[in-house]
Amino acid sequence: MSAKPDNSGNGLMGWIDERFPLTKMLDEHITKYYAPKNFNFWYYFGGLAILVLIIQIVTGIFLTMNYKPDGNLAFTSVEYIMRDVNFGWLIRYMHSTGASMFFVVVYLHMFRALMYGSYKKPRELLWIFGMLIYVVLMAEAFMGYLLPWGQMSYWGAQVIISLFGAIPFGIGDALTLWLKGDYIVSDATLNRFFALHVIAVPLVLLFLVVAHILALHEVGSNNPDGIEIKKNKNADGIPKDGIPFHPYYTVKDLMGAVVFLIIFFAIVFFAPEMGGYFLEHANFIPADPLKTPDHIAPVWYFTPFYAILRAVPDKLGGVMAMGGAIVVLFFLPWIDRNPVRSIRYRSLAYKVLLFSFVVAFIILGYLGMQVPTPVGTIVARICSLIYFGFFVGLYFVSKTESTKPLPERVTH
Amino acid sequence: MNRNNRAVPLKVKAVAKRATQNENKRFVLLVTATLVVVASMLFVNSAKAAGSSVALESPIIDQGNQKSLQRGAQAFVNHCMGCHSAGYQRYSRMAQDLGLSEDDVRANLIFTTDAAGEPTKVGALMTNTMSTEYGKQAFGVVPPNLALTARSRGVDWIYTYLKSYYLDPEKTTTGVNNLVYPGTAMPHVLGDLQGWQVPVLGEEANGVTPIESLAIETPGTMSADEYADYVADITNFMAYMADPIKQTRHRIGMWVMLFLFLLLGLTYALKKEYWKDVV
Repeated sequence: MSAKPDNSGNGLMGWIDERFPLTKMLDEHITKYYAPKNFNFWYYFGGLAILVLIIQIVTGIFLTMNYKPDGNLAFTSVEYIMRDVNFGWLIRYMHSTGASMFFVVVYLHMFRALMYGSYKKPRELLWIFGMLIYVVLMAEAFMGYLLPWGQMSYWGAQVIISLFGAIPFGIGDALTLWLKGDYIVSDATLNRFFALHVIAVPLVLLFLVVAHILALHEVGSNNPDGIEIKKNKNADGIPKDGIPFHPYYTVKDLMGAVVFLIIFFAIVFFAPEMGGYFLEHANFIPADPLKTPDHIAPVWYFTPFYAILRAVPDKLGGVMAMGGAIVVLFFLPWIDRNPVRSIRYRSLAYKVLLFSFVVAFIILGYLGMQVPTPVGTIVARICSLIYFGFFVGLYFVSKTESTKPLPERVTH
Repeated sequence: MNRNNRAVPLKVKAVAKRATQNENKRFVLLVTATLVVVASMLFVNSAKAAGSSVALESPIIDQGNQKSLQRGAQAFVNHCMGCHSAGYQRYSRMAQDLGLSEDDVRANLIFTTDAAGEPTKVGALMTNTMSTEYGKQAFGVVPPNLALTARSRGVDWIYTYLKSYYLDPEKTTTGVNNLVYPGTAMPHVLGDLQGWQVPVLGEEANGVTPIESLAIETPGTMSADEYADYVADITNFMAYMADPIKQTRHRIGMWVMLFLFLLLGLTYALKKEYWKDVV
């Protein structure tokens, strides 16, 4: 990488470059960022997550122009946006669909990292930033879901906040009171959630996304073979298996973005409720603190963890298991002790583990939406054990498993 | 693809690679299959929806049928809006979407007055004048706003609910009960049209006598078919009111899809062109 661009002092770019490292930044992060040439399907989702983030921020700005964070007006103001604001329905459906699609994209992105070992040395910090994004995103989604002030918004928030009450030593009750700003979820809660949802949490999210990308560009992208392309460089110091991000991946991601937008807008225009999974039926009834809905279920992206919570008979134990299910992911780089990154070159035992983990996660997600039944609870317990068993199994399997020889160069 | 594998002979390498890729493909296939199975389970589940124990009947309704929507609107303002509000929806919006002039609406569909005692303005929300206190006194519960009921309960629920009233003077204060919503506070407003139904009991089991079906005891002014159509129109109108933009949304959506598919062709070609030199 050249220290100073050649065109210094020439034209507008030269003028800017003497005062601001614009060309240097473009080089580092786009035109001379060398990414492995063998990215497959699974590598679209990072870029797509940024696309969804932008959709959420832009539609969110327009929503705040008409939304009223007030216990008496919130629900009506959402219907006002849906009916009386020009294209308000489009903005709102894009935002609500965007929330769910954000998680679709992020879950696939995380699964990619699991499959190809993208969390391993030297990408531990990259993984941790990613996990922080995931946790912050959950907070953002949770607070945003209260804002329409429907029955599910209200009672979902009530249930989730009450979980903090399980913390012992008198901390729990004080904490829930502090979070709600009232003894029940109320106008005060709505106001603070609005403030957090529209500015505080998005700021943190943006900061983390920048940190995630900076960390990625420092260590370089992993690839489906899990081998280091920087080990094979040509005379100019450019990885032989690397291609500049622009134009190769910009045009490829552009195509991926269009495919994503086809799915995204198909939902927005033809099935914005997604059969009750993106917009729950009960949320078309205004929040009523005196009437508990028959069945309270969080939105689908939280349900795997909700199922783990319900699988544990004890409340504090359930909360700890649920928290633990997320916390344990942070330690993945140290739980997986095998230096081989990609699933392509790992043992059958590893594949079985990962497959059971994914299946258990999906089944938990399904069970978390259902009314608890005795059979469902047993299945949820088994799946919770498989969920945590994955990490335990991985710790031991990864040390001893026999892996296949790694290729010298990336394969397509 | 690179050709300069030093240590491993080319052929062996290729075979090994294919094997790994096959395994990889199989794994992805397995995960995909699981996802598909779970997804289909979810949709089967969502089809039956939440709520009551009786099987819900699906009305044959068409959001594009303006005549049906107009009839539904008329029935709705006549029978429902005495107690229920639809206060997210505006009369003027309804006029526009149902192909009516604002004068038509003023003359035929606005029966309420505003706070000043004047006839409700056509640009106003479809609210009514029954106070919540009075509603609570009269029914024990405030009659809910019906603008979004088609989205919270579903059209099948509304349709079946309106057909499932039966005489039950012992258990209720209104004299009627409902199979879909047992203990409902609402009297059978359409009883004179439908007629009054009585339950046909099945065989007793475990001390409970199940209601097998309902039969007309006192006929109303409408035949069963006429009433079913009438209720279907109301349901159709309520479905419209819950999501008034639906028709427009679908129409715009088709153009958006067309545009995106064309754009996909273009971006695919662009990608292909650039990636020619990546080997």
